[in-house]
Amino acid sequence: MLVAEKIGKRFPGVVALDEVSMELLAGKVTAIIGENGAGKSTLMKILSGVYPEYEGRVLYKGTEVKFANPKEAQECGIAIIHQELNLIPDLSIAENIYLGREVTNEFGVLRKRLMREKTQELLDKLKLTVNPDTLVRDLKVGQQQVVEIAKALLTDAEVIIMDEPTSAISDHEVDILFGIIENLRRENKAIVYISHKLDELFRIADRYIVLRDGRVTEAGEMKGIDHDAIINKMVGREVKMVNKGSRVVGTEKLLEVNRLSLRPLDSLKRMLLDDISFHLFRGEILGVFGLMGAGRTELLESVFGLHPSKCVGEISIEQHKIKLRSPEDAINAGIALVPEDRKKDGLVLGLDVKTNISVSVLDQVSYAGILSDKKEVDLAQQYISSLRIKTPSCKEKVKNLSGGNQQKVVLARCLATRPKLLMLDEPTRGVDANAKHEIYKLIFELSEAGLGLIVVSSELPEILAVSDRILVMSEGKITAEFSSHDANEDNILKAAIPKTI
Amino acid sequence: MDISQYRSKLARFQSSIALFVLCLALSILSDKFLTPENGWNILRQTSVNVCISVGMTLVVLTAGIDLSVGAVLALSGAVAAGLLKTGIELPSNDLFVGFTLLGTIVVGLITGSFLGFFNGWVITRFKVPPFVATLAMLTIARGFTMLWTKGYPISGLGPNFAFIGTGWFLGVPVLVWIALIVVVVAVIISNKTAFGRYIYAIGGNESAAKLSGIDIGKVKVLVYTIAGALAAVGGIMVTSRLDSAQPNAGMGYELDSIAAVVIGGTSLSGGRGSIMGTVLGALIIGVLNNGLVLLDVSPFWQQVVKGLVILLAVIIDKVNSKAE
Repeated sequence: MLVAEKIGKRFPGVVALDEVSMELLAGKVTAIIGENGAGKSTLMKILSGVYPEYEGRVLYKGTEVKFANPKEAQECGIAIIHQELNLIPDLSIAENIYLGREVTNEFGVLRKRLMREKTQELLDKLKLTVNPDTLVRDLKVGQQQVVEIAKALLTDAEVIIMDEPTSAISDHEVDILFGIIENLRRENKAIVYISHKLDELFRIADRYIVLRDGRVTEAGEMKGIDHDAIINKMVGREVKMVNKGSRVVGTEKLLEVNRLSLRPLDSLKRMLLDDISFHLFRGEILGVFGLMGAGRTELLESVFGLHPSKCVGEISIEQHKIKLRSPEDAINAGIALVPEDRKKDGLVLGLDVKTNISVSVLDQVSYAGILSDKKEVDLAQQYISSLRIKTPSCKEKVKNLSGGNQQKVVLARCLATRPKLLMLDEPTRGVDANAKHEIYKLIFELSEAGLGLIVVSSELPEILAVSDRILVMSEGKITAEFSSHDANEDNILKAAIPKTI
Repeated sequence: MDISQYRSKLARFQSSIALFVLCLALSILSDKFLTPENGWNILRQTSVNVCISVGMTLVVLTAGIDLSVGAVLALSGAVAAGLLKTGIELPSNDLFVGFTLLGTIVVGLITGSFLGFFNGWVITRFKVPPFVATLAMLTIARGFTMLWTKGYPISGLGPNFAFIGTGWFLGVPVLVWIALIVVVVAVIISNKTAFGRYIYAIGGNESAAKLSGIDIGKVKVLVYTIAGALAAVGGIMVTSRLDSAQPNAGMGYELDSIAAVVIGGTSLSGGRGSIMGTVLGALIIGVLNNGLVLLDVSPFWQQVVKGLVILLAVIIDKVNSKAE
């Protein structure tokens, strides 16, 4: 269907792709695997017309094509569904699907009924039972993804590229998505599936292509290759699953949360946090698992003082009750939070590494209110080496770092405040397998140094790998607690699935 | 060094280069341009805009905007002038409070600071967009100026007050000294203090700044207060130079000041830019105004040219940041 020959793409200072050749077959799902920065996104952006300039050539159904922009690629039959969905929240599903290719009558007036009916047909086909007039704003993330797919189908796309489609949706929605992909495969579409989640690839993909440092290192059938072999090819060396070893947990209570509740903005909705009580020992790693909307993030935010006016309950650090009115208070009380979305909430991307690390502790790096460049650089260097942050210098802009290293910069900023309690929300989202293990290692090192850690994750293997104890949340409540010996994927999931549907 | 490095070097000094080229061209085109008198003239004329634009830069760095600076300038200047001239009479107690020169200046500055503080409070407390909040302040302050002056200029403020606007100190006009001090202090604050760092962090990513424990509200209120105070400084300067507080003083100054900020390379979306860039921007506008007058270009064409220069500056900036 689509053949790429010796594709090369250079950016100032880096070779993003180097003579990459690959082939997409009709009726097959091809998985593109690689660490962050391996060149997956660049390759997809070339195929979908985002980057019009590159070396090598692309053959589509046997003829060479060169797209000047994404629209040309779409018209040709290549659709891409980006990780960040490109929908307009205040337009309806039908309006979104027809955006840029509205059907009009001879006077230029929109044929709304026709478009609505066509949209309905598409939605039926994709088994999304909502009205085409629904605003996209009111849809769940998973449903929005289906709308994106409908958009691709409307143009009769033959090649559909999905970039990390499951990064923000629940397991149930993943099942629906896979059903849709199954149907598309039967209709002889060529599908490209990019994901970090290897388990998914084994479920859905027929073939795989592994990219590393801009080159194809391996390609073949999904059958006859296993988990470890793929990871091996991605990183170029053996990566073992983390080994916790024997863990010693302190007996001193570091954090105690008593009857914490969080009111929603809208009084009709259920409580976001409903009567939550738990504790954390010094040196302990507490895993918190929950599905989308279970209240995991809200729990961390409340303990971090982000919702002072909507929150009731008691929080004590080292047996002292504390009142948290702002993140500033929380930081002063020895609490630190690594937020879920590091680009949105964690980092000032346009500023350099040292500035991002020192921003919470500027008084530590000043003399009489005047910042000292030397002290700031020293502080940054200390964390760059202790957290093994890979950066050309501490004056590099954070946006030029890889996902894993950006995450470490956030971690460095938090550690610079010398916290007793470190809370990590989805610490390994969007980082590659290798960086993941680095971060797990750091988590263990920190707990051995006496910190209490709370790790929130939507990935079960992650929770099971790092936690000493696991809390499961569902609909704002804690529904189960397991020690690491008793926990397994089954009992955790059972406790996480909401009872009221 | 490859081309992209040259390019980024060039981009960093684009304002300086533009200013240099502009001066070069004008000194060839007009023999009156490159004289000491004209040089001081330009600096004196630019000094007011520099002061206001320094405050505007801080505001814009937090991803805000302050449209009220011109009106705040007028009200602060008028308050100072009015108090100097007549003091305050409290008829009920038959009391008269007179003001010294320093006293009037202090009250003028307090007026501007308070209006700026009010802007910041409305913006942070009620989450009113800066554009709207300061637009409202623009008409409020202008209205108060009219009420205070009853629509007439307050003139004849005496030689001591006029010294600020027309005097010289150590061979440099006092106005230029004031602008210089404002710039030096602002450069130190923006580069060398935690407060300055917070301004950049908030403009770069407000949510990350908040989670880093920065009190966003406090920083923003302070930034708008500073902008108001510097507008008041401008008000004192203008009033003193004209020896008169005009009710419509500072009309349109907010636009010149935003232009200086933008030409100086500060991003209107916040987080990126510098005080020195703004100073260069203000100088470019000042030299341009002066040169067009010397070349006898009609004032109408001057406006057109100024607008085109602003557009050009922003386009160059966009092209450069894309290349980066």
